[in-house]
Amino acid sequence: MTINSHSFPAVEFKSSTFSVPVLSIASNDLILIQQLLDEKIKLAPEFFKHSPVVVDLGEVNKKQLALDFEDLATVIRKTGLFTIGIRNSNEAQQAQAISLGIPVNTAPTSDVRVENRKPKPITAPADDEFVGSDSTTVTITKPIRSGQRIYSFGDLIVLAQVGAGAEILAEGNIHVYGTLRGRALAGVQGNTEARIFCSDLQAELISIAGNYKISDDIHGAIANTPVQIYLQKNTLVVKPII
Amino acid sequence: MARIIVVTSGKGGVGKTTTSAAISMGLAKKGHKTVVIDFDVGLRNLDLIMGCERRVVYDIINVINGEATLNQALIKDKNCNLLSILPASQTRNKDALTLEGVEKILEELSKDFKYIVCDSPAGIETGAHLAMYFADDAFVVTNPEVSSVRDSDRMLGLLSSKSRRAERGEEPIKEYLLLSRYSPTRVKSGEMLSLDDVQDILSLHLLGVIPESKSVLTSSNAGTPVILDEKSDAGQAYSDIVARYLGETRPHRFIDEKSGFFRKLFGGK
Ligand SMILES: Nc1ncnc2c1ncn2[C@@H]1O[C@H](COP(=O)(O)OP(=O)(O)O)[C@@H](O)[C@H]1O
Ligand SMILES: [Mg+2]
Repeated sequence: MTINSHSFPAVEFKSSTFSVPVLSIASNDLILIQQLLDEKIKLAPEFFKHSPVVVDLGEVNKKQLALDFEDLATVIRKTGLFTIGIRNSNEAQQAQAISLGIPVNTAPTSDVRVENRKPKPITAPADDEFVGSDSTTVTITKPIRSGQRIYSFGDLIVLAQVGAGAEILAEGNIHVYGTLRGRALAGVQGNTEARIFCSDLQAELISIAGNYKISDDIHGAIANTPVQIYLQKNTLVVKPII
Repeated sequence: MARIIVVTSGKGGVGKTTTSAAISMGLAKKGHKTVVIDFDVGLRNLDLIMGCERRVVYDIINVINGEATLNQALIKDKNCNLLSILPASQTRNKDALTLEGVEKILEELSKDFKYIVCDSPAGIETGAHLAMYFADDAFVVTNPEVSSVRDSDRMLGLLSSKSRRAERGEEPIKEYLLLSRYSPTRVKSGEMLSLDDVQDILSLHLLGVIPESKSVLTSSNAGTPVILDEKSDAGQAYSDIVARYLGETRPHRFIDEKSGFFRKLFGGK
C-alpha cells in the first residue's frame, strides 16, 4: 500500500476533553506523601491502577516549602499512578517536569481555584470515570447505566436512576433522586458520617465507610419510599425519610 | 450530510438485523436515499433478510483493504432503487474492521446518501463498537426480558461515553427504544416484562413496540424486509416507527391485548 494513494491523513490533531483527577500536594514530606497515597490507593486499588493524575503544587508552594519535583514524581510513579501534568508550579519545578517529559499547565492560579469550587455538572460520564476533584460536589443529570462507574471526591448527586450493574462511589454523601438499582458506596475514604439518600432503594449493595449490606439483606418492604442510610455503631441503618 | 443510525442492543437474537432491514427499507420507501451496512463480520445475514445473498461479490472488508471500491461493493435493492446494501464478510476475521476504515467508508457514503443504517453485531466488542462509534442516532432494540434490558442499559452507557460524539464533547447520540418481540398475552401472564417495566429501567424515548409475529419469519425466508408486508402487524409496527422517526405523530399500537373483532362485537374494552 502506498501512502499517496490515500487521501486521509496519517496524523491529525483532534480536540477532546478528559476528566482527570488532580492530586493536590500540601507538604514536602515525601515519606508522609507516600504513606498517605498508599493508604488511599489501598481503599480502591482497581480504581487507581494506572490512573493518570495532574499534580497540583499550589498548596505546597503557597506554604513556601521547598519540594524537589523529580523526587515527588518518583514517589507518585511507585504507587502506580501516572503523572500527566503539573499545575500551580514554580519555574524550577516546571523545568524538572519538562525534563521528565511531563507537560506544564500555566493556567493562572485564580481561575483554576474558582473552577474547582463550583459543583461540576457532568452529563455524559465515561466508563470508570473519576469526576470532580478536591472535595467538590458532582452532579449527574443522566441515568447511570449498567457498567458505568462514577467517583466523587466529595458529595455525589444523581438526578436520575442508577442502573443495576452500575457503581457510584463518593468520599462524602450520595443522593439519588431516582431508583437506585446498582451499587452505592458513600464515605469510601472512611467518613463514617457520610449518608446515602435515595427515593427508591432497590440497590445491589449499599456501603458507608466500608460497612456494607447486599440486596438480600435490604428488606424489600422499603422499596418505593424515600430512605436514608447511615451508620450507627458500625451497623447500617435504613430508615424512611419522613 | 447523512444521518447515521446504529441499530444496537448488546444482546444477540433480539431483532437488530430484522429491524435494520425494515427501517432502511422504510426510509427508502419514503423517498430517502438510504444505505444499510452489515457490521456482523463472520456472521453476515443482513443480505439474506434483504434477499440479495446471491449478488454479493465484494464486502465491507474488501473496501477497507482497498480490494474493491465502495461502488463495486454496494448492492442495489431489488424492491427499491433508493436503497443499497453493504454486506459484511463471511470469511474474514472480524479484526479486519478498523476505525479508520469505517470512518472513511462512512465519510464517502455521507456524500451520497441521506441515511446510513448500521446493523450492529451482538456484544460490546470491536464490531459493535465500530458500528456505534460514528452514530448520530441509536435505535436500541430490546426484548421484554431482564437480560435483554440489562444489556441495553450497558449499551446505553457505552453510547454516552465511547462514541465519537461523546469523545468530542458534542451533542450526545439520540437514543430511541424499540421494544421488539412483544407479546401482550405473555406480559399479562407474567412471563414477560411490560412496556412500563422496561421503561422503568431504561427511561428512553419510545419509538415503537414491535409485536412477536410469524410474519417476521415468513418475510425473512422470502428475503423481503417485513415492512413490505403491509398487512402484517410487525410490518405496520415498523412503518409506524419510520414515520415517527421522521417526525410524524402516530399513536402507539400493539401494547395491549388485541381489541379485535370479537371483543368489539361483544362490547369488551
Ligand atoms: N418481531 C418478531 N417476531 C418474531 N420473531 C422475530 C421478531 N423479530 C426477530 N425475530 C426472529 O428472531 C431471530 C433473531 O432476529 P435477528 O433480527 O437476526 O436478531 P439480531 O440481529 O439481534 O441477532 C430471527 O430468527 C428472527 O426471525
Ligand atoms: Mg444480526
